[in-house]
Amino acid sequence: MKSFSLLSRGTGVAFLAPAGLLIGAFVIAPFFWVIFVSFTNRSLLGRTAVDPDFVGLANYFSLFDAATFFTRGEFGSSLILTIQFVLLSAVVGQAALGMLLAWMLQSVPKSLKHVTETVAIGAWILPEVVIAFAWFAFLDYENGTLNMIMEALGFPPGDWLLSFPFWAIVVFNTWRGTAFSMMLFNSAFSSIPPSYFQAADVAGASSWQKFRDIGLPLIRGHVVTDLILITMWSFNVFTPFLLTSGGPSYRTEILPIYTYRIAFRDFDFGKGAAVGVVVMLINLVFALFYLWVMRRRAKGVAA
Amino acid sequence: MASIRFKGITKKFGEFVAVSDLDLEMHDGEFVCLLGPSGCGKTTTLRMIAGLETPTAGQLLIGDRDVTFLHPKDRKISMVFQDYALYPHMNLADNIAYPLKVRGEAEAKRHARAREVADVLKIGHLMERMPSQISGGQQQRTSLARALVYPSEVYLFDEPLSNLDAKLRLEARGFLNHLQRDMGMTAVYVTHDQAEAMALATRVAVMDAGKVVQYAPPMEVYRRPATTFVANFVGSPPMNLLPVEAMIADGALHLKADRVSVAPLPVSRAVAAALKGNGKLTLGVRPEHLSIARGGEANAITGQLFANENMGPEKLVTLERDDAARFTARIFTDDVIALDATVTLGFSSEHIHLFDQAGARLPMDGEPV
Repeated sequence: MKSFSLLSRGTGVAFLAPAGLLIGAFVIAPFFWVIFVSFTNRSLLGRTAVDPDFVGLANYFSLFDAATFFTRGEFGSSLILTIQFVLLSAVVGQAALGMLLAWMLQSVPKSLKHVTETVAIGAWILPEVVIAFAWFAFLDYENGTLNMIMEALGFPPGDWLLSFPFWAIVVFNTWRGTAFSMMLFNSAFSSIPPSYFQAADVAGASSWQKFRDIGLPLIRGHVVTDLILITMWSFNVFTPFLLTSGGPSYRTEILPIYTYRIAFRDFDFGKGAAVGVVVMLINLVFALFYLWVMRRRAKGVAA
Repeated sequence: MASIRFKGITKKFGEFVAVSDLDLEMHDGEFVCLLGPSGCGKTTTLRMIAGLETPTAGQLLIGDRDVTFLHPKDRKISMVFQDYALYPHMNLADNIAYPLKVRGEAEAKRHARAREVADVLKIGHLMERMPSQISGGQQQRTSLARALVYPSEVYLFDEPLSNLDAKLRLEARGFLNHLQRDMGMTAVYVTHDQAEAMALATRVAVMDAGKVVQYAPPMEVYRRPATTFVANFVGSPPMNLLPVEAMIADGALHLKADRVSVAPLPVSRAVAAALKGNGKLTLGVRPEHLSIARGGEANAITGQLFANENMGPEKLVTLERDDAARFTARIFTDDVIALDATVTLGFSSEHIHLFDQAGARLPMDGEPV
């Protein structure tokens, strides 16, 4: 194939240079810097701040130390918490709820469908910080909306963020991300020819049978894409920090928050960098799996 | 099997009236074709029988049951879709057996039944294939098999042959006709192809702008079209229509137009009522009733030769007149016809159709109205 160029090679490079420099300085260099730091005992204060020692894999060993691995506030406990968080808020919450909503949208009048889509996009484009603050205001003990509703209905108020911190961040992340899955599944369902469902209607299928036999199998690829994406996002989400700061007593300290605490509160840069590298490797696995699935789908379409 | 009755059915989409105050009865065992141009309301009518559209007003009965607002699955109907609506992720066996699956039939039993139907439709050997791996004609028969696999009171067809190429369409049409003879099913069949309607239907409902303009057996529609619209829609090529000046004198009807000679016709009651002295009428003659004039014909029309098409068994000779109106004759001959630049076509009086200015047929006396 002949390649056409609007600019000479030199001009192209000149245009790319500023962005390249910035990305190099703020993304690529720190990436390798973090890997390097994870093999040292660099900290913010003290002698090791200016003259860190090379400690080999010590930071990694301390993360995977069997004696403290499952202790609350340690890496293993945080990893397990993160997996629970991802399963509940992303897979069950966002994906399953999004699927339910998307399926229900298929049989409502067009006008209601448009309204729902608009509202869902509205929720989706709100900044996370705003959503976090809204939830904070909703769940607050003294002046929170939820407690006002509870009291108006004659129920005792609850200190939700203190009593159910984990469920609070699960609900928060579900609320925050369901719109994405719903929109994705909704557009996937809309791409199925309506006659498929009409033929099933005439044949006598119930809504559940249509979903199980026709709807779901035909959007399987979208489901896989959605699951990988929201799993990655939920795995890396930091916003729950705004609700609970990882507490109380590390009960909502998912991995991004754990990393933040080790590096920027305990100022143990070396160990923090090691956590960062491990999280990055986990993300790499997700990303490779995602790419593999996408390639397989692209090939499937071509065949 | 059951009858279908429309009682004052209207369907609007917003302001657009798709079907307007429709009264129609289809008998048990009848094969009714809804025929008309696109946008005439025929598909909407069919989809209301299926329950895929709900009427804005009126009542719909299948047998003695009022099904106006019933869900499709409760109507005891089968339907074949224009795009076949085969599920791309299921093989033919699962596709055909799907209606039985939703009814809770065991897999072995429903596959056996699917195979039975597939064998009748000559696709039994393809049961393991996916829909994308079979031809269009086979896909069409698969979707037919899925409609036939369970007992229904009414079978609905939404332009099932329109996605097939011409040769396969003829073959499938013949097959459907055979199936209808075999099963005696009550069927409603939507098509814009008048030949399909003529070939398959026991009665044709010709629709235009949301209304049925004629509802009669195919030969009746062909021989005595109720309006100029029907005359122009049924037949291939359609009926030739020509505006003429009409006058009743000496107890006979005289028709006049430029370069047209028509022998005086008897004055029927309908013509007398429509005309009341002088006026304009529309004269219609089917192409197959025209021939090259040899002189001495009772009726003749003259014009410039426009086209002379050889169709194999017949020839289509078209002449163009000064008013740009064209007249086509179907001439069945094996001879090569040599034609001058000016051609005269002749026709006998018994083949003349008359329509009033509004386009309604003016029957001859003694002809059923």
